[in-house]
Amino acid sequence: MGRAVKVHIPGALRSYTESAEAQASGATLADVVAELDRLYPGIRFRMIDEQGRIRRHIRFFHNGQQVREPAQPLDAGGELVIVQALSGG
Amino acid sequence: MSENPSGAQPVAGHHVSLLVATRKGAWIYHSDAGRQNWRVDGPHFLGHVISHLVLDPRDRRTLLAAAKTGHLGPTIFRSTDGARSWAEAARPPAFAKAADGATGRSVDHTFWLTPGHADEPGVWYAGTSPQGLFRSEDGGVSWAPFSHINDDARYREWMGTVQDGTPDGPKLHSIIVDPRDPAHLYFAMSGGGVHESVDGGRSFAPLLDGLEVVEGFDASQPTFHDPHCVRLCPSNPDRLYQQNHCGIYRLDRPSTRWQRIGMAMPQADGDIGFPMVVHPRDADRAWVFPMDATSVWPRTSPDGKPAVYATRDAGASWQRLDAGLPTEQAWWTVKRQAMTADNRDEIGLYFGTTSGELWASRDEGAHWACIARHLPDIFAVEAVQWAEP
Repeated sequence: MGRAVKVHIPGALRSYTESAEAQASGATLADVVAELDRLYPGIRFRMIDEQGRIRRHIRFFHNGQQVREPAQPLDAGGELVIVQALSGG
Repeated sequence: MSENPSGAQPVAGHHVSLLVATRKGAWIYHSDAGRQNWRVDGPHFLGHVISHLVLDPRDRRTLLAAAKTGHLGPTIFRSTDGARSWAEAARPPAFAKAADGATGRSVDHTFWLTPGHADEPGVWYAGTSPQGLFRSEDGGVSWAPFSHINDDARYREWMGTVQDGTPDGPKLHSIIVDPRDPAHLYFAMSGGGVHESVDGGRSFAPLLDGLEVVEGFDASQPTFHDPHCVRLCPSNPDRLYQQNHCGIYRLDRPSTRWQRIGMAMPQADGDIGFPMVVHPRDADRAWVFPMDATSVWPRTSPDGKPAVYATRDAGASWQRLDAGLPTEQAWWTVKRQAMTADNRDEIGLYFGTTSGELWASRDEGAHWACIARHLPDIFAVEAVQWAEP
């Protein structure tokens, strides 16, 4: 599992966390998001669809590098930034 | 999850409230006893796309909102205290996970909500885009795919792809439960036609005879059918009315053949539109809202002159009702869930426009007044009466 990742929560998801930051651990992005969902029920489905795909207007960056697949391994610790990508007016 | 921003209390008893779902949030308008003055409560979920906001008629307390945002996936919010507080569904509608190697579908948004039969408290149905049918048995807290249609090869072919449907995705809508029999169900798909089950959803079959399709396409193929809104008459559940992409229709069961009743509409306005409203106590009466479906399909009021049309004889004739509505240069229309009736002795009619105006008539459409403007694009309007506290 490794050290916890500091997760930066975008405004659209703070109704779940009530905070701009959260802590979660996991070997992959999917694991980290699963732990977030255990802590904040419902948050995963708003970011990852039922087929396990990252939703169209959500982006994840770990230590500055974009994580494009939920199965991608994450180095222990560091920062995971969740971004609301442009979705139009 | 969310608190009522205004703290306004719903008005119980005979007062009518309007549940208004828009592209950027939801609003609730509470009337006085005479339906003359309206008090606004909202916005709820500001910035969320709210496709449908529905009160459970069985308890008149449970309120469900179908929501998504520009960034986040779809969900259902639920309130049991008159919209003072909301909680998110534990398991929103979602398609089954596809087998390894297969490309599965994901729900983009829940479009339509229908409370279940009176004898099945807690049961709700939901229609989604991409087109899917879902059911909850716990008042909207958890949802599961319902019936075979979501993954049935033949139905999937009829549903087509996102590119085959309406601009923001094909929609499963008009889920209807026969008030005499919870196992008798109908639904419609904006790409895929009208379908019926008589066995509680174990099987569905198309119900398309008599419906026309766009010229050049094969009417025997469900995929080419585009029902816009189907309504069952509460006073005669054997009668359904339908506003379709290709006209206005009526179906009297046990017949399986739809009759095009829109040909009696004036040719200048035509018989194309989105909503269909039926009278709660008189199955010969219904209302429609025509739009311009000529040339490139502007989907605006014909000639910029909006009007409701009413029939009192099951579609044999139609009367234009436009007193109080703009007489020129009004280029909006009304979407399929955005027109409704209350059940007062003298029926109140209500519609919300694509330009964010909310209009009301206290006299069955004879006279109209604008009760709100400057709202976002209105997707749905429901007239309700809350339970006594």
